[in-house]
Amino acid sequence: MNQLKFLVLAAAFLLLALPGQAQKVDVIKLPELQKRLSRPTDTTYVVNFWATWCAPCVKELPHFDQLTTTYAKQKVKVLLVSMDYASQLDKKVKPFVQKRGLKSEVVLLNETDPNTYLDKVDTKWTGALPFTIILNNAKHKRATFEQELSAEELQKQLQAFVK
Amino acid sequence: MKKLLPFLAACLVLALSSFIVLRPADAGYQVGDKAADFKLRNVDGKMVSLADNKAAKGYIVVFTCNTCPYAKAYEQRIIDLNTKYAAQGYPVVAINPNDPAVAPGDSFADMQKRAKDKKYAFPYLQDETQQVARQYGATRTPHLYVLTRQGNDFVVSYIGAIDDNSEDAKLVKTKYLENAMTDIIAGKPASVNSTKAIGCTIKWKRV
Repeated sequence: MNQLKFLVLAAAFLLLALPGQAQKVDVIKLPELQKRLSRPTDTTYVVNFWATWCAPCVKELPHFDQLTTTYAKQKVKVLLVSMDYASQLDKKVKPFVQKRGLKSEVVLLNETDPNTYLDKVDTKWTGALPFTIILNNAKHKRATFEQELSAEELQKQLQAFVK
Repeated sequence: MKKLLPFLAACLVLALSSFIVLRPADAGYQVGDKAADFKLRNVDGKMVSLADNKAAKGYIVVFTCNTCPYAKAYEQRIIDLNTKYAAQGYPVVAINPNDPAVAPGDSFADMQKRAKDKKYAFPYLQDETQQVARQYGATRTPHLYVLTRQGNDFVVSYIGAIDDNSEDAKLVKTKYLENAMTDIIAGKPASVNSTKAIGCTIKWKRV
């Protein structure tokens, strides 16, 4: 019995310790997001709005996360903005991010009234998920997609920004 | 003029091509547009059109579904809207635009079950061809359109959200749709006639 307890404890300890710097998820408000989207740098941001409950989002998420590896040496930054409720952070979002081993930065946008914030994120966004913005402020380029993107499509769209 | 012609032709091509790539999100009704009638199958097997209900002063048309967590979060509020506004001449008409091949939980049989389980007192229609959703410009579930009768026509008077808090109805500060209905029932244009909400993208048929 004691042995079992030890094993359970050891397993728990390993689970906690192994992933090392486990991906954290910052909870942010709209002004912080706006600040992130308006930096006048020559970095191309790929900002994907998703949620753990959104099937097409979950499906396309690996394509976005892959960019972080593929474009590691270029000025490309992937930001995955979870639209899950903040109350679901520990229950849903963090375990999801952990399980998927996401390498890109994940934040959770903690706002309740989409009617006041959607337009401030992008006027083209009607509120459907997934939604993606690719932007490069130095080049004054911006593209939005209110639809699921395939890996090929995403690559193609991003190429237009980094070439 | 000769020089202008190729330019105009180019403009035309550009305009046409941009039209072709337009997705449903970009098209659809604006407030003030006349809404086309439709004929869709209800969960009871009967076909339903806007013209059927001669007593209706208008409708609260809701694009919704069985599967979207946001649609589920708003389901009781949609039922309550019907209770409140059907009595005042504006019943709810719910339309499920999702392709069951993409969202299996949105099959006609599943719709029937949901309507029965939750005792929907309003039609729950299947937009099998997704043409109504495209025509309206619905992009997500739930997505609401308030129509008001003008003679035999129905005019779009409000598009958008139910309220400002999907997670918890008790924490709602602004009831966008009810505010609009108050204006509309008073015979005035809605002071806020267009709002946005988060929702699940409509599951369009894969081409």
